[in-house]
Amino acid sequence: MTTQLEITDTEATALADLAVRAPSTLRSSVLVEVGLMDRYGRIDESPLGPLVVAWNGVGVVSVDLAGDQEAFEARHLVATGRQAIAAEVPTRLANAIARRLDGDRRVRIPLDLRGHTGFEQDVWRKALEIPRGEVRPYGWIAAEIGRPKAVRAVGTALGHNPVPLIVPCHRVVRSDGFIGQYSLGGPHNKRAVLTEEGLDPDAMESAARRGERLVGCASTKIVCWPTCHTGRHMLERNRRPFRSLAEAGAAGYRPCKVCRPVAAAA
Amino acid sequence: MDADDRLIADLADDLDAAFERLVIAHQDRLYTIALRMLGDPGDAEEAAQDALVRAYRALASYDRARIAELRLRPWLSTIVLNRCRTVGARRATRGPKPVSIDGDANRPITEPEAPEAATPTAVAERHAERDRWAVRLAALPTAYRTAIVLRHVDGLTYPEAAEALGRPEGTVKAQVHRGIALLRTMLEAETRPEPEEMTA
Repeated sequence: MTTQLEITDTEATALADLAVRAPSTLRSSVLVEVGLMDRYGRIDESPLGPLVVAWNGVGVVSVDLAGDQEAFEARHLVATGRQAIAAEVPTRLANAIARRLDGDRRVRIPLDLRGHTGFEQDVWRKALEIPRGEVRPYGWIAAEIGRPKAVRAVGTALGHNPVPLIVPCHRVVRSDGFIGQYSLGGPHNKRAVLTEEGLDPDAMESAARRGERLVGCASTKIVCWPTCHTGRHMLERNRRPFRSLAEAGAAGYRPCKVCRPVAAAA
Repeated sequence: MDADDRLIADLADDLDAAFERLVIAHQDRLYTIALRMLGDPGDAEEAAQDALVRAYRALASYDRARIAELRLRPWLSTIVLNRCRTVGARRATRGPKPVSIDGDANRPITEPEAPEAATPTAVAERHAERDRWAVRLAALPTAYRTAIVLRHVDGLTYPEAAEALGRPEGTVKAQVHRGIALLRTMLEAETRPEPEEMTA
């Protein structure tokens, strides 16, 4: 095309005038989606009452007991370095969390665990394998992730779990069988969640006081952690408590391949 | 070194620390391009958001040297035009939304007011005039509209628009000129007096 058709000033101004401002929501939507900003909102139903959940496009960032919003925002900023803005929890996420709290392990909840160490993430990933209604000692996690001597570090990592209830750190108990500490409001809450999941913390601690660490089945000669579901249908007359894996081994019992009991490092 | 050059250098240094500045610096132009290509504010916001998210993910996968070579204005324009094609195609299969050019009632489009035209009538007239131009622009064939949006609404240079569109500069110029010619034809048709209006 050879004819030069120049745009007039009026036309140029009219076209330039078609530029608009982006909606005020665009910036935060983008930053949340890429994980540079978080949203948080309330979930009313949980075994521990109302919760506050923070998330972004990468996944769920934190779960906490609902409380003062300003205090939450300040804690969140310190913990993640990111701003959190109040929002409605999306229905899909709320449903997924409700199903997980109900014990459905098939539901996938992406987690944003950036900024946490590989060791911590290994510990939390392992805790995710413990089924609802069962518990394992700290030493079990340490052994399973190939760090059998890091029992205390496992306890510390569980104490730092940013997504309690979703990652069920409440299902990890002391190696002597006592319930132990809980980051989400203390041991009282840990007992409440375990009770909600069908366990009897008082009975568990009574057994611990008697020195019972493991339970064997006399008919199968298999020894399990006391809450392992494979032992649930055991007849009472076949039930044999053991103080240690060594004691069970000496009696001719082999360790369960499902719950994989280990020698307890106290 | 202009603002985008500094931004590029900072993005190469620390993407997460600098990315919000990219969003602030480019969100209005990307939203404008999307709105003028798609016509619907909701679709435009979606396309602009997708574009910025894709830009972040692309930058996260690039090494420093590749980021340093980027020219943000044309690069981001290419991404948003791609998202407009996807969003537009999906809209076409679902059927069009009611035509809405400049936003809905609950989301007023804010723009700088000219001080000498601040009376309500002047503002209303200015908005009406802008709506008429938006309608004319929306009526253009896509290739012409795209070229005009980049060159005259967004204000890219011809080399930048050519880079954004992956076409030779001459082709983009020709498309802009043909588009302008069509806009003039529309304008002439509009200003031709109609008998009904004459009787009033």
